[in-house]
Amino acid sequence: MTNVGIILVIGIGTYLLRLSFIGIVGDRVMPEWALVPLRFVAPAVLAALIAPAVLLNDGALDVSPASNPRAIAALVALLLAWKTKSVPVVIAAGLITVWAFQALF
Amino acid sequence: MTQGRSIRSRALTDGVRAFAPLLIAVIPFGLVFGIVAAGSEVGPWLGGATSFIIFAGAAQLATLQLIDAGAAGAVVVATALVINARHLMYSAALAPAFREFPRWARFALPYLLTDQAFALSIVRFGQVEDPAYRRWFFTGAGLSLWVPWQIFTVTGIVLGAQIPASWSLDFAIPLMFVILLIPTIKGRPELIAAIVGATVAVVAAGAPYGLGLIIGAVSGVVAGVIAYRAAP
Repeated sequence: MTNVGIILVIGIGTYLLRLSFIGIVGDRVMPEWALVPLRFVAPAVLAALIAPAVLLNDGALDVSPASNPRAIAALVALLLAWKTKSVPVVIAAGLITVWAFQALF
Repeated sequence: MTQGRSIRSRALTDGVRAFAPLLIAVIPFGLVFGIVAAGSEVGPWLGGATSFIIFAGAAQLATLQLIDAGAAGAVVVATALVINARHLMYSAALAPAFREFPRWARFALPYLLTDQAFALSIVRFGQVEDPAYRRWFFTGAGLSLWVPWQIFTVTGIVLGAQIPASWSLDFAIPLMFVILLIPTIKGRPELIAAIVGATVAVVAAGAPYGLGLIIGAVSGVVAGVIAYRAAP
């Protein structure tokens, strides 16, 4: 497969994943057994996207501010996101925390 | 008609406005992706074209990295689609609302479905039931990511590798997900879903083909359902 072919197949496949339930289930009501799990999709997926990105360093768990300042910065961001709900505050505080620990160690 | 048009412009504006704060994270991500594409084996313009063709940052990054590493085409395709499999769940969650949309919107708008557009829309759809409002809100939020994503991919390609990695601007991506996560924690079952999803995703991070994310997400959903059934 050429690189153009690979990228086109991924593009079409990604569109079909996005269309899937909207296109197939579109004219039908979703049953209750399917609706209950869906309310937990957003918190579960978002948490699963965040945790490995901030807690792992070269594939290993690392919460030391010296070698992986992203872990403590994410904790700061989590507390600020909860308290302020302000995007600029959370992004700035998270990045500054990382820069500060990078400068310290 | 006048009312229809005013709902459209109000909903579009609301969608763009709801998305606006997220631009601070999207812009550096787009720039970083453009810079990665500029240095990729596939070449800057085909690499950059993934922003239009795939339009999913994590999968785009994985695609270029795997091609650069010389992985077989089928492995590259499988990995990118596994990373994007979460859109199945977003699609399922949004399907009841999209059922009320005209046919063209049901087929065109899913192209704009992203983590961010999903998170903003699922929250707003819980507050506003009008299908016309929902349709244009989703369009506004979706285009608010699509347009800057194209612009800043190209800008990143042009800038090349001039932004040092030590700035850690890619860290803005998990920070953005943190901001999106907080309002989804509406009660104890959602909190349990998030904690289990995070824990299992970390433990399963070494799983092949980037399956760790999906394993973590599914575990979180199952834990949330169990907690909900125990005490709704």
